Amino acid sequence: MSSYLGPPTTIRSWLFSTDHKRIGVMFLVATTVMLALGGVLALLLRIEHLTPGPTIMQAATYNRVFTLHGVIMVWLFMIPSIPAAFGNFVLPIMLGARDVAFPRLNLASFWIYVAGSLVTLAGVVASGADTGWTFYVPYAAETFTEVMPILVGVFILGWSTILTGINFIVTTHTLRAEGMRWREVPLFVWALYGTSVIQVLATPVLAMVLLLVAFDHGLGWGFFDPARGGDVVLFQHLFWFYSHPAVYIMILPAMGVVSEVVCTFARKVPLSYVAIAASTFGIAFVGFLTWGHHMFVAGMSIVDAGIFGALSMFVAIFSAIKVFTWVGTLYRGSISFRTPLAYVFVFLFLFVFGGMTGVAVASTSLDVHWHDTYFVVAHFHFIMVGGTLTAWLAALHYWWPKITGRRYAEKWGLVTCTLTFLGFFTTFFPQFLLGNGGMPRRYYLYDETYQALHVLSTAGSWALGSAFAITLVYLAWSLVYGERAEGNPWGSRSYEWLTSSPPPPHNFDGTPVFRHSPYDYHLPPGS
Amino acid sequence: MNELFRRILWLPVQGSTVAGEVDALHYAVITITMIGATGVFAAALYFTWRYRRTDEAALTPPIRAPLLLELAVVGGLLCLFLLFWRVGFQQYLRLQSPPADAIEIYVTGKQWMWKFAYPGGQRTNARLVVPAGRPVKLIMTSRDVIHSFYVPAFRIKQDVLPGRYTTAWFEVVRPGVYPLFCAEYCGTGHSEMEAEVVALSGADWEAWIAGAEEESMAAQGLEVAARRGCLSCHTLDGQRHVGPSFRGLYGGVRQLIDGEAIADEAYLTRSMMEPAAQVVAGYAPVMPTYLGQLDAGEVAALVELIKSLRHPNPPPPGVDYPPIAPAAPTEAAP
Repeated sequence: MSSYLGPPTTIRSWLFSTDHKRIGVMFLVATTVMLALGGVLALLLRIEHLTPGPTIMQAATYNRVFTLHGVIMVWLFMIPSIPAAFGNFVLPIMLGARDVAFPRLNLASFWIYVAGSLVTLAGVVASGADTGWTFYVPYAAETFTEVMPILVGVFILGWSTILTGINFIVTTHTLRAEGMRWREVPLFVWALYGTSVIQVLATPVLAMVLLLVAFDHGLGWGFFDPARGGDVVLFQHLFWFYSHPAVYIMILPAMGVVSEVVCTFARKVPLSYVAIAASTFGIAFVGFLTWGHHMFVAGMSIVDAGIFGALSMFVAIFSAIKVFTWVGTLYRGSISFRTPLAYVFVFLFLFVFGGMTGVAVASTSLDVHWHDTYFVVAHFHFIMVGGTLTAWLAALHYWWPKITGRRYAEKWGLVTCTLTFLGFFTTFFPQFLLGNGGMPRRYYLYDETYQALHVLSTAGSWALGSAFAITLVYLAWSLVYGERAEGNPWGSRSYEWLTSSPPPPHNFDGTPVFRHSPYDYHLPPGS
Repeated sequence: MNELFRRILWLPVQGSTVAGEVDALHYAVITITMIGATGVFAAALYFTWRYRRTDEAALTPPIRAPLLLELAVVGGLLCLFLLFWRVGFQQYLRLQSPPADAIEIYVTGKQWMWKFAYPGGQRTNARLVVPAGRPVKLIMTSRDVIHSFYVPAFRIKQDVLPGRYTTAWFEVVRPGVYPLFCAEYCGTGHSEMEAEVVALSGADWEAWIAGAEEESMAAQGLEVAARRGCLSCHTLDGQRHVGPSFRGLYGGVRQLIDGEAIADEAYLTRSMMEPAAQVVAGYAPVMPTYLGQLDAGEVAALVELIKSLRHPNPPPPGVDYPPIAPAAPTEAAP
């Protein structure tokens, strides 16, 4: 039986394919390369912190490395990781469509991503910027490092994000299989829909603010230069107006993955479909109104700080709704503890405990002590990075048979998942304590009293790095030697498993008609 | 109890009047949320074990959460979170509202040092001297990029912006020395933009603020020499030690192991930065370099200290030498 994997199998047939599945796979490969790059930079940063003084690099190098680590992980990995790779692959299949609404735009999105990445990485080769991924002015306008390629690169990447977002929204509206009602749309699609809305609405603001910084840095204009009537805090408002919702661009697709994996492996109707879908939009909406919580000590008005603090609590509420619903879905299920579910448990751990530290920082006065310390670093690495990464790994294992037609080695999966958890916890838990102890972030040198925790954190990073390397090896191994997957190895009722694995070029043989909800595990199969 | 929590959480000492109550909220929020999170996670683990798959073909009941239960859980949680916020915001208001009777001190941040100026005209670098037990209001601005004034022991932080003035305040509980950091990334020297807050008791503060204006650079140099460990090898009274004494050093001709040198400012500065370059005959070249360790102000203060000790003999008791008049300052137009 022919599958999307070919024939044709030429490189050209991949690079210029408008098949959403091939584009999804290309995004998966490209973003994984970026993850590896960002990960190596992270390992270097951790090694540097083994000693309080200089260890393996100079201060100027250190500043460039943490900037590039952030830029690569945020824009080249986390934002496109789940939507552009797994979203592209499964969204049309979940809807029973042959492809996305605009297949050529989809291919354009991939090439724009490649172009943006290359421009950004060219900046790295040129000299590397030392502004931090946040580009705070006036430092970003004044730095002697090459910040321009990165600003331009991220600007270009924004277009890729916007195009993918538009494509998903239109596809969801127009290409659902005949008879699929809104209440039957899989939860992962709802998550991608919410994400796409944020991408389309927020990314232009980032594009705008990056252009303004580029004008300031490259042409000496003075939008943010106080000496010429500019406003340095205005930059932060504009930047976080995008970059806070961007956190939900990262985490909403991750939540979508969790919803799918929980229902499939518990063989259970979600405790509340409406609560999961609606809370997605609750987060997407409130997420636009919480950017100010990045600025409690930036010199904003006290009233604003109060409002932003209270609104931030609502994000916690919507997230809590999801968590309760997932846990409730496990109740009286028929639970098979496989690698994807194991990663969902790591997700839950990081998301729930990390999320609680989010409630703590939203309690405004506590943030005053924690702001710009390692506490915040640990907080967002738990919840945003940890959440996205573990859900990405869950998705990778869950849809691996769908994408490749092969089974990965389950034992290796579970063992590596445990190592990932231990590595993640050991890397970032000590950083909460460092932050409590008052260690500011982005510090090249630090006081000796912090060293023990730093060494522990570095040890954790090695475990985490090894876990990724092992994953890469056993997944690559399975491509050749893995057992062939049947159509539906997990016994899932979700629509993407109704077609063969790997799917045929046009997803379904014939026009699919879905006569059941994607989660009707209470009914005998085929009824 | 407070002390136990503080140590478990690695928090610094509670140096300011607000630190105790901020920490109390910290303990409450962390304890309650961590218990809650543990409960949720434990429930997930328990369900996974209790309802593990035993029958491949088993169907599961379509349990849907009752709306009322959902609303009750969500409503209850929202009340709890908003309660945290209510208390936290109340504290934030207090942190942002300096008392009317606070002493005002002007703070300037620049790459990469802190400067402090007092209404009486006193100025210090990297050393904010304040009275304990009295509120201090800081009026802060930056000369270049954004910095952030952060004293972990006081639980306060405030960004310091170019072109704007921001304020912060604190009241130190106990006399002592508290580290001060720059918390907003400001470039290559970000992690070295350190300073300290020195809180003095009432009487010491009065004496300091009265004498600070007259505190010569030589007196500052004495502090630097003590703090930086100079005095562990160099004496002030002419006694030979690991290194030559500071007394009678300035202005003389030094017999080096490979020539001679006049002990002027350039020689003294070079000796701190490149100690092995001009070693005095009869001493081992054991001094470490202070390049990058001493800032410009500290070097100047040390040089002034050594200049003030130029007289080779210690003064006999009861005799006050007239202070050495500093070179007439070339006063720039204000």
